[in-house]
Amino acid sequence: MKRAFARQDLGFRLVTGAVALSLVLLVVTIGWELARQSQLSIAKFGLSFWINDIWDPVSGEFGARPFIWGTLYSSVVALMLATPVALGIAIFLSELCPAWLRQPLTFLTELLAAIPSIVYGLWGIFVLVPAVRTLEASMPAALRQLPFFSGPPVGVGMLSAVLILAVMVIPFTSSVAREVLKAVPMSQREAAYALGATQWEAIRAALYYARTGIIGAIMLGFGRALGETMAVTMVIGNNPQISLSLFAPQYTMAAVLANEFTEAADELYLDALIEVGLVLFVITLIVNVASRLLIWRMNRTVTVRKIAPVVATPVGDAA
Amino acid sequence: MRSDWFRRGLSKVVVWLCALAVLLALVPLALVLFFVVTQGILSLNLDFFTNMPAPVGEAGGGMANSIMGTLLLIGMGALFAIPVGVISGIYAAEFAGSRLATAVQFAADTLNGVPSIVIGVFVYGIAVLPVKQFSAAAGGLALGVMMLPIITRTTEELLKLVPVSLREGALALGATRGWATFSVVLPAAAPGIITGIVLALARIAGETAPLLFTAFNNRFFSTRLDQPISSLTVQVFTYAISPYEEWHRQAWAGALVLVGLVLLCSILARYATRRLERLQTGH
Amino acid sequence: MSRQDTHVAPAPTSKPPAPTHGLISVQARPAGPPIESHSTAIDVEHMSFFYGPNQALFDISVKLPAKLVTAFIGPSGCGKSTFLRTMNRMNDIIPGSRVTGKIVIDGKDLYGPDVDPVALRRNVGMVFQKSNPFPKSIYDNIAYGARLNKLASNRSQMDAIVEESLQSAALWDEVKDRLHDSALALSGGQQQRLCIARALAIKPKILLMDEPASALDPIATQRIEELIYRLRATYSIVIVTHNMQQAARVSDMTALFWLGRLVEFDRTDRIFTNPREKITEDYVTGRFG
Repeated sequence: MKRAFARQDLGFRLVTGAVALSLVLLVVTIGWELARQSQLSIAKFGLSFWINDIWDPVSGEFGARPFIWGTLYSSVVALMLATPVALGIAIFLSELCPAWLRQPLTFLTELLAAIPSIVYGLWGIFVLVPAVRTLEASMPAALRQLPFFSGPPVGVGMLSAVLILAVMVIPFTSSVAREVLKAVPMSQREAAYALGATQWEAIRAALYYARTGIIGAIMLGFGRALGETMAVTMVIGNNPQISLSLFAPQYTMAAVLANEFTEAADELYLDALIEVGLVLFVITLIVNVASRLLIWRMNRTVTVRKIAPVVATPVGDAA
Repeated sequence: MRSDWFRRGLSKVVVWLCALAVLLALVPLALVLFFVVTQGILSLNLDFFTNMPAPVGEAGGGMANSIMGTLLLIGMGALFAIPVGVISGIYAAEFAGSRLATAVQFAADTLNGVPSIVIGVFVYGIAVLPVKQFSAAAGGLALGVMMLPIITRTTEELLKLVPVSLREGALALGATRGWATFSVVLPAAAPGIITGIVLALARIAGETAPLLFTAFNNRFFSTRLDQPISSLTVQVFTYAISPYEEWHRQAWAGALVLVGLVLLCSILARYATRRLERLQTGH
Repeated sequence: MSRQDTHVAPAPTSKPPAPTHGLISVQARPAGPPIESHSTAIDVEHMSFFYGPNQALFDISVKLPAKLVTAFIGPSGCGKSTFLRTMNRMNDIIPGSRVTGKIVIDGKDLYGPDVDPVALRRNVGMVFQKSNPFPKSIYDNIAYGARLNKLASNRSQMDAIVEESLQSAALWDEVKDRLHDSALALSGGQQQRLCIARALAIKPKILLMDEPASALDPIATQRIEELIYRLRATYSIVIVTHNMQQAARVSDMTALFWLGRLVEFDRTDRIFTNPREKITEDYVTGRFG
């Protein structure tokens, strides 16, 4: 009897383990497949793919620098806008909010994360872009001299993309930051209060304690922005130029994939696009892994079971 | 003693800034919902749900094929993701601490962070390119891959929350480990897992990018798995970037349906979790 | 998590009475001004405390003396910690808490309209049951309060404050060579002394201690008690303890709480040898509690 049981237990472990293993292998396969399918492009261009800023399907010359620039620039600026707001929300909801308000506000901020990116894109094209166009046109001439605001006020361009990205990143960062703050023991704030701290100073003590997790939250938001496709594609103007100007239409890696993938007529074109996908995969992988490690480390010093809720506000993008 | 008033003032300012941040986030939410509802409701009629897309210029077009397509696609995604995800989650919870379990957690979190367009590229490579054919099956697979990490993590976390005493009770009565898990622990965690699945379904119903070059699009009604199929999201995208006013209006209607679906699932999930908490903890 | 204290601190100038087993006996007080001549540090007048609709403290009136150690004793849940926390308004951060009556320090009612809790807490320091150092260096922990309240304008002044506080807490010799190591690397007893030093750094007049040694091993406890005994020369100390022997060893005055009321308040030697109330007698002889 005992041996039969042991065998069944082993069977349980093997079967579930096999399925679990397949999940792990899936992730590995993604990276491997992307690399394999872009062989032609990797072989032909090598490192110049990253440096060349000419993307010309007609002549067969492919340089991904405009897309890398567009992705990084849009994500960084969006992060700069989103992080203070997200942290403010996290602090408000976890420390300052009256109890009766907490549930509805939490629900509303989660709703922000749940809206499909195509809906943001649609709203972006028809509502945001005209508004941004008006904003750009009405910008005083003095500011227009700056490289950030040069160029014709088209509406579509980096500014619209950055604004939409910021809105989409805010709920991610704020929900992870909120969980992290909840995990800070009350005794830390009490210690600060007992030494004569004001409310903000006590919050600062809690933020300091949770700093690793907070940085992780910010980085997760960054990863989210990097991979966002639909909303950005619809408002960024899809022009592979590298420009500091927020007014200029530009391009991101995700956007070029969305737009040109089905147009790719020849193998080299296709492979080049897949290589762009590989680059995007690698960059988001690094950012996400680093942020997970940070949150994990925070997890272990505080021993809290759930830090980053996966269900309520899915991390990663929803394009 | 000096600059005490400064510190106190600063504290008040910060508190107000945080409240402002909340308002700042709610403004775009309100604006998006406002426009989606007001613009979408205009074109939302019975035709929308029952008709196929009409050629430009003709009235009465609908998105019936797209709605069907989305349902089919998320169904296929669920078919793939639920078994794989739940079982992986079971492994991660039951054998927590083992190297594979840690690897599963890591893989799930990583997969969650992969941009959905990249997943589309991946599925294109393995399911579309070899047969040189866009297909609903490929689209379903792409959506399934996106659901997988959510379901895995949810299952794992909820299983871990089930009190150990439940499992020990089953084991003490002579159940094997696997039987104890399936007959006692999993059912205890099931409501939460189902809620998680519903939320995951709502989320992937709103996905566009992974479908762009897997399921592609289809002007006609189709339920064939080996042919391209329309979906609500891709159709909205196609209409939105088109130059036709009529199609723009349809796009808003489609967006309204999407948002309505998401809202419904969120509220249902929230209601379900609260009922669950009350059942389990008695308050 | 707490390692044993293995260092031996230099003996304080006056030792508290040695603990006795069985019956609690209080040794004679060492020389000093008679208890009755001490002024009042905290004057509590008909104070009641509510958590929302529930009343936790009932009509408490007591005058806590300055530059002495007063112990609050009583069974768990009797309100002694709650009462302690009203004296530096720490209960303010609990939503729904309410105080009626007055607590007067330096002529001002703590709950009056013109009293700022932040400034109050500089004057009335607190040490908690479980040590809660910040995840910073030893130096930065002590300096935290001083920096908040701008007590030092340059580095050498801050260094002096840190050294002085650590000396007062009898921790200086053990940590002077590793001031910039993390505070979390200290043993439990050392961490608690660090928290005491941190509280002393802002030079409060009154020090509230909520069961400061209950999470510590006996040797660490003894060192904390020696420290408290020494500190009474400079600070007015109120200590909550569930350990009667500790109260007998360390305090000059003792207050017994029972179900949210103050039952008896008197000199420690009288409380433990000749109490007036029956409840007190039953409690200190161990009939319940």
